[in-house]
Amino acid sequence: MKILVCITHVPDTTSKINFKDNNTKFDPTGVQFIIGPYDDYALARAIEIKESTPGTTVTVLNVGLAETEPTIRKALAIGADDAIRVNADPTDSFFVASQIAEQAKAGGYELILMGRESIDYNSGVVHSIVGEMLGIPSVSPVMKLELSGNTAKLAREIEGGKEYLEVSLPFVAGCQEPIAEWKIPNMRGIMSARTKPLKVVEPKSVNSGVATQKYELPKPKGSVKMISADNVKELVNLLKNEAKVL
Amino acid sequence: MATATETKKAIRGGEFLIRETEAHEIFIPEDFNEEQKMIEQQCKDFLAKEVYNRLDEIDSMKDPKLMPSLLDKAGELGLLGTSVPTEYGGFGMDFNTTMLVAEVIGAGHSVAVALSAHTGIGTLPIVYYGNEEQKKKYLPKLATGEYKAAYCLTEPDSGSDANSGKTKAKLSADGKHYVINGQKMWITNGGFADIYIVFAKIDNDKNLSAFIVERAFGGITMNEEEHKMGIKGSSTRQIFFNDCKVPVENLLSERENGFKIAVNILNVGRIKLAVAAVGGSKKTISTAVNYAKERKQFNTAIANFGAIKHKIAEMTTRVFASESACYRAGQNIDDATNALIAGGMDSAKAKLKSLEEFAIECAIMKVHGSEVLDFVVDEGVQIYGGMGFSAEGPMDRAYRDARINRIFEGTNEINRMLTIDMLLKRAMKGQLDLMNPAMAVQKELMAVPDFSSGDDAGVFAKEKKALANLKKAGLMVAGAAVQKFMMKLSDEQEVLMNLADMLIEGYVAESTLLRVEKLMSIRGEANCQIEKEMAIVYLHEAIENAASAGKQAIYAFADGDELRLMLLGLKRFTKIDPYNLKEARRRIANHVIEKGEYPF
Repeated sequence: MKILVCITHVPDTTSKINFKDNNTKFDPTGVQFIIGPYDDYALARAIEIKESTPGTTVTVLNVGLAETEPTIRKALAIGADDAIRVNADPTDSFFVASQIAEQAKAGGYELILMGRESIDYNSGVVHSIVGEMLGIPSVSPVMKLELSGNTAKLAREIEGGKEYLEVSLPFVAGCQEPIAEWKIPNMRGIMSARTKPLKVVEPKSVNSGVATQKYELPKPKGSVKMISADNVKELVNLLKNEAKVL
Repeated sequence: MATATETKKAIRGGEFLIRETEAHEIFIPEDFNEEQKMIEQQCKDFLAKEVYNRLDEIDSMKDPKLMPSLLDKAGELGLLGTSVPTEYGGFGMDFNTTMLVAEVIGAGHSVAVALSAHTGIGTLPIVYYGNEEQKKKYLPKLATGEYKAAYCLTEPDSGSDANSGKTKAKLSADGKHYVINGQKMWITNGGFADIYIVFAKIDNDKNLSAFIVERAFGGITMNEEEHKMGIKGSSTRQIFFNDCKVPVENLLSERENGFKIAVNILNVGRIKLAVAAVGGSKKTISTAVNYAKERKQFNTAIANFGAIKHKIAEMTTRVFASESACYRAGQNIDDATNALIAGGMDSAKAKLKSLEEFAIECAIMKVHGSEVLDFVVDEGVQIYGGMGFSAEGPMDRAYRDARINRIFEGTNEINRMLTIDMLLKRAMKGQLDLMNPAMAVQKELMAVPDFSSGDDAGVFAKEKKALANLKKAGLMVAGAAVQKFMMKLSDEQEVLMNLADMLIEGYVAESTLLRVEKLMSIRGEANCQIEKEMAIVYLHEAIENAASAGKQAIYAFADGDELRLMLLGLKRFTKIDPYNLKEARRRIANHVIEKGEYPF
């Protein structure tokens, strides 16, 4: 079986976010980049399947410029067999999904896994667009994935509960914990990462129609107001007139 | 290429005192490549996933299987095989990469101790001294953690004086076994180890021999776990050998070679301990800085107060300095090893010889690293204030766990004396020319003082002149002490401590200066402003400490005109231009506070 795992190259969760060029670009200076945490779960599940199903290969794919290669090599260290980097700045979801679909078509993968969302722009739609472009099912957020023959049993998180599905291969899944335990690469993996194939391909041209106007940081959290437990009137008043949530 | 190798080969242990090293010659942590950074992250992930969330559980020792299971997990990740050659199932990594692993794991409290005892003093005796059969039999299992190892040197009456141990080994009548009898104590990993490296004297030998002892051989009993001040989760046992039958083929190296093994293995242990202390210190700084940012008094975060900034800057600067010197020495060891291997030496021998060559630096770093760590945890407690003293806060464990580092792997007192002892021995053997530079200093002392503050051109010109003078101060005081006491210098331990302090400060200050100089040549000066401040601040402190130590020493053995002349010389050689250290520390602290962690 051929599995494609799409990974994002995103700022570490503790990074301090800054913008440059008059707030039109993200400033990566001093930021440490990691594999998207949700993608990490997807990758871990793919590796588990590879370990339990002989003849399985795992390819990782990233849409990004050359600086994402250390992140890709980390995925190789964790256990993927080879990698593809689509040499382009991942400007928006439609663009990224188009690139993934293009590579997925060419590679003939039976399972396309990725995180439920990236943790930089968090659009959470790439899996659906890829599914649509390829004309195959897409499911997200998937918490459990068990393969049996040509179908897979999935558990998906829904509002207030879980949904159990059966999907036939090939399909796209946006993954989240606890689909697998995230993996730390072992020393052998780290040392073999640089010898595994990492293919760089040029992007296909896409009319995505999306352009970034400017970035803005969220407003800092205001201070907490303490209200005495028996002063419900004041609480309602504040929720209505100050927080404007009622 | 050949020239480069030869230049590197030419660097000798202890030579820093009389040789001007250039920035490009040293390795700096910023030189680590992508693969090494991935290994660094791997170790951090291991601690985050398996260790930090169960520190209390580990320290409680309620589950005796927990620590061995953590070592198993480390083994699965390959962390136990970094120094084991590839042909025996390890990864045969270069020394500085194994240092990097030791640094990160060093923040792992009791787990760090268990892991480093296993991979260091437990495994390395076989790596370096084992014969082919021994290596084949034991190393693959030690590299994966299937076998866990401990090192049995210390006895109730034999600590720093290691060769005085009473444990005996007797050849059995059939000549097939050594029968070991005796008692060992403070044995790290003792409770669960499968393999013990045991030091004992055969018959009435003067010197120790070393044996590979399997727990399965029988004749081994042990006391309950020791109750300790810190590293409570690390198994520490007293072990008794009662007619423990060890096959003769398990004698490690040659008869009576044990003391040499013990000493050489400790060289590695020392520098690894230093770099592990750097790792522990970095984590403590990050924790303390975050608390200082959160904790509000007088309506502002305490991180905004100058007194706290002073602490943060001091903690950071000293760790940066220690780190600079550790990896500089680590690379020296790697370079020396590679040169010896290129010259046809077998790799285990080459490593040993290189470690022995840089034994002075290993001892220097052991003292420095462990004392910086103790300083850092102490200030960590202070920044936490009342919460620092509470056993509920994170500083309690950091403070208690740090303390052992000044005691094991040779106490800091022993290590201080060793640095001077080794230096003088090398001078006497003609391996290191201390005589001529010391005479030159004497001559300079009698001549008209040089009032120039150095060639102002070039990076750190003034600082380098001050550093060169600091070394001269050391040579002056050491030279005079040797002349005064001759062979009896070893009885003057107080003076030896002073001399060691001057030596340590010189080495570490130089390493810091060179690291920053190299960094500036890579990144540009504008991008290394904080590092530059740290190099200058550290140099000032080093000079002040050396001046104080030098004065103590001079007072101890000189009088009259000689005393006056030496004090004048000391003053001249420990002169440095004034610098606003308060502002420099504030800039350092502000940077660390902004980043919210040790950022270098």
